[in-house]
Amino acid sequence: MTTLVAFAAGLLFALGLGLAGMTDPDNVLAFLDLAGAWDPALMLVLAGACGLYMLGAPLVLRRGRPRWAARFALPTRRDIDGRLLVGAALFGVGWGLVGLCPGPALVDLAGLGGDIVLFVAAMLAGMFLFTRVFATSP
Amino acid sequence: MDPSLLFALLGGLLIGTASLLLLAGSGRIAGVSGIVGGALARPAGDLAWRLAFVLGLVAGGSVLRVLSPRTLPTGLPHTALVIVGAGLLVGFGARLGGGCTSGHGVCGLGRRSPRSLAAVLTFMTTAFVTVHVVRHVLGGGA
Repeated sequence: MTTLVAFAAGLLFALGLGLAGMTDPDNVLAFLDLAGAWDPALMLVLAGACGLYMLGAPLVLRRGRPRWAARFALPTRRDIDGRLLVGAALFGVGWGLVGLCPGPALVDLAGLGGDIVLFVAAMLAGMFLFTRVFATSP
Repeated sequence: MDPSLLFALLGGLLIGTASLLLLAGSGRIAGVSGIVGGALARPAGDLAWRLAFVLGLVAGGSVLRVLSPRTLPTGLPHTALVIVGAGLLVGFGARLGGGCTSGHGVCGLGRRSPRSLAAVLTFMTTAFVTVHVVRHVLGGGA
């Protein structure tokens, strides 16, 4: 059942990205280009998604356990360390270069474009590299 | 109000709904880089739901392709070197930083996590700077 839930969540997530126009890197870059013809759309996407999550998550967590799993698997760390900041900084540079982050990149695979496949392959390689470099630490 | 802004808000609400569905049903955070990276990190045990989520994303993309082909880009206006470099930075950076736009941006900020706020402010800043340098200092050559 968790497999089906994950599939449905992925599907809905993709439709949301598409409806919001965020599957198109041009729209993402239009938000990131403050000195150009700035487009605030991405901010509204984030506000809608994050606002709803902020209202809904406490109601979900109050039920004690998820519907089809034994427990909630949530991050518990609250400290801000160097890895977090360096990782986020590198991520932002890559995001700004092309206008793709992991979610939209995977959705865009359905367009069967060679450039998208190349980006996703490099992204997976980057994630795998992380696993290799930091395999021994948590 | 520009209709694209209304669609942006509605799309955001749909993304929030999808993230809440994963939390309520499976107890998981809808962070795309964490879900995918986790599948690469330990290919045992909980691989099924991770792959199902990714398949759902691609299936959603296929629906978009049928309903509105313009929403999906087929090419990127960059050299292969830039595309590969950006992909490596996004993949490695998201894992090192513990999340991307979905995990930190939607779920993390939604849970009022200080780590996520720091991550979002950091990647937004470097992304703003990168776009500025590429478009207004180098002149869009990338």
